[in-house]
Parts: sequence; structure tokens; C-alpha cells
Amino acid sequence: MTTADLTLAARQEPTVPTRKTKRIDWLGLAITLALGIVVVVPLVVVAIWAFAEVWRYPSILPQEFGLRFWEATLSRPDVWQAMSLSIRLSLTVTLLSAVICLPAAYAFARLDFPGRNLLFLSFLASHAFPKFGLLVAIASIFLNLGLVSTFWGVVLIQLVGTLMMMIWIPVAAFQNVDRAMEEAARDAGAGPLRVFWSVSLPQAAPTIGAAVLLSFVGTFYETEGAWLIGAPEIRTMPVLMITFINNQIVVQYGAVLSVLLWVPSFFALMFSRRLVGSSSFAKGFGV
Amino acid sequence: MAQLSLKNIGKSFDGTDVIRDVSLDVADGELVCLLGPSGSGKSTILRMVGGFETPDRGSILIDGQDVTLILPEKRPTGMVFQSHALWSHMSVADNVAFGLKLRRMPRREIQAKVADALGLVGLKDYGTRRVWQLSGGQQQRVAIARALVLEPKILLLDEPFASLDQHLREHLREELRDIQRRLGITTLFVTHGQDEALALADRIVVLQQGDLEQVASPDRMYRAPETRFVAGFIGSMNFLACDMRHGRADHPLFPVEAPVADGPVELAIRPEALTVAPARAPQAKVHRTTDYGSHLLVDIDLADGTRVKAMCPPSARFAAGDGVTLTADRVTLFRGQKKLAEVSPRPARELSHA
Ligand SMILES: Nc1ncnc2c1ncn2[C@@H]1O[C@H](COP(=O)(O)OP(=O)(O)O)[C@@H](O)[C@H]1O
Ligand SMILES: [Mg+2]
Repeated sequence: MTTADLTLAARQEPTVPTRKTKRIDWLGLAITLALGIVVVVPLVVVAIWAFAEVWRYPSILPQEFGLRFWEATLSRPDVWQAMSLSIRLSLTVTLLSAVICLPAAYAFARLDFPGRNLLFLSFLASHAFPKFGLLVAIASIFLNLGLVSTFWGVVLIQLVGTLMMMIWIPVAAFQNVDRAMEEAARDAGAGPLRVFWSVSLPQAAPTIGAAVLLSFVGTFYETEGAWLIGAPEIRTMPVLMITFINNQIVVQYGAVLSVLLWVPSFFALMFSRRLVGSSSFAKGFGV
Repeated sequence: MAQLSLKNIGKSFDGTDVIRDVSLDVADGELVCLLGPSGSGKSTILRMVGGFETPDRGSILIDGQDVTLILPEKRPTGMVFQSHALWSHMSVADNVAFGLKLRRMPRREIQAKVADALGLVGLKDYGTRRVWQLSGGQQQRVAIARALVLEPKILLLDEPFASLDQHLREHLREELRDIQRRLGITTLFVTHGQDEALALADRIVVLQQGDLEQVASPDRMYRAPETRFVAGFIGSMNFLACDMRHGRADHPLFPVEAPVADGPVELAIRPEALTVAPARAPQAKVHRTTDYGSHLLVDIDLADGTRVKAMCPPSARFAAGDGVTLTADRVTLFRGQKKLAEVSPRPARELSHA
């Protein structure tokens, strides 16, 4: 390094963001607050209900707090079974979806084959029509195939629900990978598969990570398909919650279960905070 | 080490011929610049040599072996891209080591080679850095190291310094030239900057719309352009339109004599071939002078309204509006694209005495 180049190098670094002058954006603050109230208040109410033993109108806080309903809920084996089933289901569906969709997304992003657009649309079409009708039709097919009320039957139906997310977002992510980077890898001696694995996938990883996370959470909370295909043998957490609520209107049972259901959301949020923070995430969406 | 031949290469995209019929031989250790305006097909030729495009016609030979249909990963070429195309999810050292790892080389050997390659481009201690922590110039050096570490037979560079500022560009150009000489690696370098081509190349290939316009050494290219396009593209050139009659140009200032058939011609004169002198009976007027320190560039309006540029010694003193006379040491005559003749007319003053 010569000194001339060093000084030039220093001048060439435009990545340092210019610091904004601190000024409170009142409109932004108001919108944030309003959104916060709409989103947070119901969550807080549910959380309070989960720990309430007696809460009569018009008191603002429950008269008695306690863990009675937690004990009652957590002592039930079906809750634990449902929890473990839900996690296994979501993991299986997300993994299968990734294995199927990511190479497909790469093909959509990079290859130009006949029928490309039609196929792409067909992936999205699964979300364009009212879902319940579709589900009923699928259920009758599954009935003939003996898939109703089986683990893999539910996996299949939930897989359909993740297709859009796992195609659309990764296609955008792959399209944003610099082609020259892939060509440079070819140049260095990597075959097409190796290029996908070593360059395209890592480059698109932050955005794809978000898609995988959203699929996982979406599958975890998916109710219609799980109920229609899975009943009565396969009972996921959300399905169990519905049965609880239908059988006895004790608010606390529902509340405890919802708080339990927040666990995956919480992890998802922790993860996505890191993802959204990284600049490549925005880049994946072409921002 | 290696010799490259293009034999009657042709390529079209969507029915338009991008490369018409290009043949070129690059000798072992030679650095050839492909020079041409944007869209002339330089990158397409380079990408065909690298294996990223397949020619529709013709063949590519490296050391006599036909590689036309060999995939890029199997080809003994190394490419440096304009956008550097470094893998931002890897460290600098991992970028350089990637190709070596694919070749299943022992770890110890890889480390040694990576260190050597980074040392070669002056980035010895940068192996652990992330790509985005480097400046533009450093990134391009890593890209060069990444290409060189695999010891390709042919090094290909596609406008590698185009996005850098002038000073850094000149600096890196010299470094590249040194490295290329030291390794003796056969190199094809694409650029649209004539100064870059003149400074770097053993030979320059000027391309225009997919055709080879001229292939020559930098000084031949500058001093003896074969077509009007090359004359105008390389360096600056004054073109003066006039007619030939009975072997003499009818231009009032430059009545050059040449054995050329009657008809319209253009006189091409380099600014440094023009001598400007103050005159009492002026043929032309100074429009403006620009002082470049090493020389003075004088814009001069001729009587017929054309403006020519003349290069004068820095000691010359001209002001706008001064009346001057012009003499030319060396004039090239073009008709259409074709060069008709090159003449060194006697100074006009002697001519008038005769
Ligand atoms: N993949 C492609 N598809 C269609 N047209 C292309 C493609 N690559 C290059 N071209 C066209 O070929 C011509 C030459 O391009 P290129 O070789 O990149 O020129 P240069 O590098 O000299 O600027 C341009 O007109 C460009 O639009
Ligand atoms: Mg180009």
C-alpha cells in the first residue's frame, strides 16, 4: 500500500451514514402510539386474564391473581402432546417447504423456461381463492387416500399454505443476487449446484431466513387445515384451544393457551429483529 | 505459457449480430486491450473467451486446444469483473481460497497460496477482513488476486477500474501492468478508455459494432490510424472536410498534395501537428486558450467556421481574438472510413516562397 492509495481509500468510503439532526417527528410518534395501543392492549389484556382468578366488571384489574389456571392447563397431558405435535408439524412443514420451494424459487429467478410465468402464478393462486372451499375439496380427496386424521395429511395441507411465502420472497431474494458473483464462482471452478450452495443461497440467506421464520410461525398457528384434515386424531395447539373454548366458556383457559402460543412468536420476533437490522434484508426485497 | 486464438467468432443476441466476424491471436505473455465505445461488443468477446457466452460461429483456442464448448468452470481462464463480484459473505482470504478448496488442495498449501496472492496485490494483512470493509481499489485488488491464485492460462479483465476515480485508476493500472509482466500471463483487458489502453497494452484492438476496426501497438494506433473511426476515437483529432482536385486539396489553409483520386476527403490533423503563429494577414482567429501546465491547448476558428484544436508549448502567448496562421506537419486523408494517404506537407511559408 502506498500512502497515495491509502488516502484515496479513505476518501472512497461512503458507507458511513450521515447523522440526522434530532427532531421529534410528532406525526410518526402519534402513529406509533396508535398502532401500539391497537396491537399491545389486547395482548396485555389476554396476558392479565391468564393470571386472573377473579375479575369482575367494572374493575380495571382483576380482584385476585393466581396460577390456578396455569396449573390446571399445564397438568393436562393433551396440552403437552399438542405442543410437541405442533412443533414437530411446523418443523416438518417448514423443512419440506424449504427443500421444495428454494430450488424452485432459484429456477424462477434465474432460468427462463416455457410456462415459467404460468407456473409462478399457479403457486400464488393457492392464496387467491377462498381457502375453506379448497380445503373441503382437498379433504374429500385425502379421505379416499386415507390421509385424513394422519400426521402426513396435515403436513401436506399445511405445506400448501406455505408455498406462496416460500416462493415469492425467495424469488425476490435470488433475483437480487449479483449475477457476476455467481459467474465468478463458476470461473473459480464451481459447478452450478456448488454455485447455488456456496454463493446464491448464502447471499439470499437473510431474506430467505425471514421467509422460513414466517412460514414456521404461520404453520404453527394454522387452524383451518389442521382441524379439517387432522380431526379427531391430530390436535395441534390452536385446534386444542378452540375445543377448550367451545367446551366451556372459561376465559382463563383460552388466555393461558394463547400466552403459551406466544412462545414461538417471541422467538420469531427475536430472530427477525436481527434479520431486519441487517442491510441485506432490505436488499432482498429490492429496497 | 499460453497462447489464445479467436477464429472467425460470431455471436448474435435476439437476431442482431453483436459480434460479426472476429479473428485475433494473442501471443504468450502479451497484454491485449479490447477498446471500443460502449455496446461495441467488448464484453461479449471477453465473456465468450471465459465461457459465459457461447459463440454462434467460429472457435476459440487456448494453446491450440479448442475450448469453444468447454464450461467456464473447466476453462483455464480467470476473470475479473467490473463490479469486482467478490462474495460478501466470505472473508477476503476465503474469497481467494474458494477455487483452491474446490480443487481439494491441502489446507497448508491453500494458506500459502492465498498469502502469496494477497501479497502480490499488496494486501498481505487483509485476509481476515470482510469484503465490505475494503475500499473500492482494495476490493478490485482482491478480485485480481482471486483470479490469479488459480494460475489461469489467460487472465480476463472487464473494465476492472472503471468505477474508481482517475488517480486510483492510474495507480492500479500501473500495478496491474507490473504484476502481468512479472507473471508473464497472457491477458485480455477490456476498456472503453483510450488512455487506459494506450498506457497498458502491448497491442490494442479497436472494436466498433462488433467488427475489428484496427489491431496495432499503442503508438501505431495513435500515429497511424487505419480508419477514420480509429483516428477520431484514439486521442483527439481535427477533421477538415474539403475536395481533392488534380492531386491537391482545395482547403485554403492546408492545400496538401497527395496522389488521390478527385472527390471529397477529410484532412485529419492531430493538435500537436499544428503550428500556430501570430500573423498580420490572419487566416484564423483564436477562440480560447486552455493552460494545462505542460502545454497550451488553443481553440482556433477558421474562416469557414470550423474550429480546430492546436497544442502549443506552454511559453506561447495567445489571447482570444488574436489573428493567427496555421501550418500542419502531418496530415492524413480519409474518404469515408478509408485512409487514402498520409502526407507531411512542407510548411506553408516555404510553399508561398516557391
Ligand atoms: N445477454 C444479452 N442479451 C441480449 N443482448 C445483449 C446481451 N449481452 C450483450 N448484449 C448486447 O450486445 C451488444 C454488445 O454488448 P457488450 O459486449 O456488453 O458491449 P460493450 O462491453 O462493448 O459495452 C450491446 O448492444 C448489448 O445490448
Ligand atoms: Mg462491457
